[in-house]
Amino acid sequence: MAINYIYPEFEVVRNADRCTACRVCALQCANGVHTYADGVMISDERKCVACHRCVALCPTRALKIVKSDHTFRPNGNWSGQAIEEIYRQAETGGVLLSSMGNPTSLPVYWDKILINASQVTNPPIDPLREPMETRVFLGKKPNGMRRNPDGTLDTRMSPQLELKVPILFSAMSYGSISYNAHASLAQAAAELGTYYNTGEGGLHEDFYQYGANTIVQVASGRFGVHPDYLEAGAAIEIKMGQGAKPGIGGHLPGAKISEDVSETRMIPQGTDAISPAPHHDIYSIEDLRQLVYSLKEATAYRKPIIVKVAAVHNIAAIASGIARSGADVIAIDGFRGGTGAAPTRVRDNVGIPIELALAAVDQRLRDEGIRNEVSLVIGGSVRNSADVVKAVALGADAVYIGTSALIALGCHLCRSCQTGLCNWGIATQRPDLVKRLDPDVGRQRLVNLVSAWNHEIQELMGGMGINSIESMRGNRLMLRGVGLNQTELDIFGIKHAGA
Amino acid sequence: MLQKEGKVRIPSGCAISGVFAKDGRRIPGDLVARSMTTMHERSNGLGGGFAGYGIYPEYKDLYALHVFYDGSDAKAECEKFLDSHFEVVNLSKIPTRKTPAIKDPPLIWRYFVTPIHNKLKDSHLDEKEFVARCVINLNHNYKGTYVFSSGKNMGVFKAVGYPEDVGEFYRLDEYAGYCWTAHGRYPTNTPGWWGGAHPFAMLDYSIVHNGEISSYDANRRYIEMFGYHCDLLTDTEVITYIFDYLLRKQGATLEQAAHIVAAPFWSTIERKQGREREELKYLRNAFSGMLITGPFSIILGFEGGMMALNDRLKLRSMVVGEKDRTVYVASEECAIRMMEPDVENVYAPRGGEPVIVRLHEGVKC
Repeated sequence: MAINYIYPEFEVVRNADRCTACRVCALQCANGVHTYADGVMISDERKCVACHRCVALCPTRALKIVKSDHTFRPNGNWSGQAIEEIYRQAETGGVLLSSMGNPTSLPVYWDKILINASQVTNPPIDPLREPMETRVFLGKKPNGMRRNPDGTLDTRMSPQLELKVPILFSAMSYGSISYNAHASLAQAAAELGTYYNTGEGGLHEDFYQYGANTIVQVASGRFGVHPDYLEAGAAIEIKMGQGAKPGIGGHLPGAKISEDVSETRMIPQGTDAISPAPHHDIYSIEDLRQLVYSLKEATAYRKPIIVKVAAVHNIAAIASGIARSGADVIAIDGFRGGTGAAPTRVRDNVGIPIELALAAVDQRLRDEGIRNEVSLVIGGSVRNSADVVKAVALGADAVYIGTSALIALGCHLCRSCQTGLCNWGIATQRPDLVKRLDPDVGRQRLVNLVSAWNHEIQELMGGMGINSIESMRGNRLMLRGVGLNQTELDIFGIKHAGA
Repeated sequence: MLQKEGKVRIPSGCAISGVFAKDGRRIPGDLVARSMTTMHERSNGLGGGFAGYGIYPEYKDLYALHVFYDGSDAKAECEKFLDSHFEVVNLSKIPTRKTPAIKDPPLIWRYFVTPIHNKLKDSHLDEKEFVARCVINLNHNYKGTYVFSSGKNMGVFKAVGYPEDVGEFYRLDEYAGYCWTAHGRYPTNTPGWWGGAHPFAMLDYSIVHNGEISSYDANRRYIEMFGYHCDLLTDTEVITYIFDYLLRKQGATLEQAAHIVAAPFWSTIERKQGREREELKYLRNAFSGMLITGPFSIILGFEGGMMALNDRLKLRSMVVGEKDRTVYVASEECAIRMMEPDVENVYAPRGGEPVIVRLHEGVKC
């Protein structure tokens, strides 16, 4: 037997005084960490991903997961992880795979930006006493007033999406996440007056009823795309890229292509679903324009078209091109954005922080006088309501949340989605695991989360003396940087705290 | 070093006052100046000013440019520009009276001008746009020059000081017009120069404003997409440009402009019916970058009319009253009673409710 070079990352600590050997942990762990033998529970820690399912379900709180203190000889250059990744690749010859967003210690700019509040010269506003409006419309805005022949205002507009809260659920396909996760998202979006996004997995026939709150995605694999699908949604999103893996496509392993997923995606059961890196009908910006207008033609110009791109170096120019391509909304996904599976090196090294991308894009569109041509939605790790407020003040119309929504559903960020063994019933297609996520509970938790954030957004707005979210959009004077250098401040278009 | 207004944003509290004769009767300028004395405590001596309409009947077809200069070099540069773009029909220093309370005045000049015919024709712009662009160019690019009034048959007079002293300084008793607005400023620190005082004007639009808007940077970054440069970083400047854009460039009605700037709440819009609801929703959604939040009461002066408007929560006091054919507006009722002790129908307009007065039909001023 080959030597095992890798010591488990986590230790399962089982308190023998509390453990009753009830075997709940063994039943709950799809990774097979816990087994019962000769009257006691034993653990195979190599399989543990620290998802905490066993910890949460243990009736006597006998379990906890701790990080192993096993160590290599400390080395400032060669971290334990760096060494182990080499062992892994030397053993398999394969590309390293990861899930969810970039976990490295690169800067989180949200945490270096602070929000203003009113003192003396104008009054803060109490959202419990005064109206505090967070309704947002996404879509093209006219560049001036048009009039009818009789002189009255021509009030026709390009199709708009109306959101009661400035938050949408971002694209996660049926296949990468479960039926029950989709059901939770769809129902929550309907209840909240916002939208969820099918991702590139088609739309399960059971969810057509939520079409008014659904954004249907068209991605490079075109999975599940057909006329009824396009008609079913409130808007259509062309996915050009994803923050977690800019420049590459997707790969849903055959094991996740169940009968239901196969029908929804319109591909044979058990085959790998591979989305190419580019759209093979889009090799340049003029081709994107053709797809935008093909989709508009197909839906009689009744639905806004969103173009989603990953935040990459030249994002401002790219966004400017998209704004001129007929798109109604640009969605930008930052390098912290989540994924069901991505090559580790791509996830951790490609793309740029969404905060910088957003600031650069909003300013460029204004410099060119075309900010009204498109709405701007950003995603890629919006973790709380303060991040939403900062994003809007930098210039976003609304934000996409994916990871935050999954965490609300029970995800513990163990970052093992690619295994398909999600013990929380989210990133899996195994029926026994999927049923662990109750859509009614899931819906309520999502509604709670977004409602709570909306209350907090209202509090923060009120503190600034702002009573409508459009007065906060692009209002960068309400932001100050801490510990940012001049280049960073210039890109954000904000001053340093104290200035 | 203490920075000049424009390099730094200075919040202000204020007092405003306005009077409008619907019959076109000419009211002397010191009346509105006197109204400001009762609101002395609302200013702190760091800015006061006035706008008068119908004050230059003898030059009513010419643009009256009121200009501050830091020195004679700036004046020479500016006049070179004016000579190459305008026929200057009359120029003079603006007459002032030595007043101990008004210190360190800049050079203050007035030019009655009309665009040079060929220059205007070559520009392919309408006359107002041509003048507006010249003014923006001078204020943005000519150091030491500041054009603070540029309308026809109207003029702005402003300085660092209490408004009643500013009125004295500019000899307002010697002017008369059908409309006057006034402003006393309470900035939190010194504006450093006279350009920061109100009213702020663009062509015949002038604004006096009380409040500190919380939407400032959202509004600024929106309106700058349309060729405006917000050099002063003041609320009043951005509000003036928004009205100029909506009223002059987009041909909006005053009501439509008010429904954008102080848009009704969505809950209010939803209670409306049919066409009205559709229009309100359209205006608010399509032009949301010009929604102004935070406290403000403003008086917008324009050729032949005046509009008073409060923010939608009514976070600043403002009252309106009438007597015979004259309409009065002020931050406090006492200011109105100073102008007309027997004023009638005094009321406080609701937040976002525009009060619009115009000259009676047929009245020429």
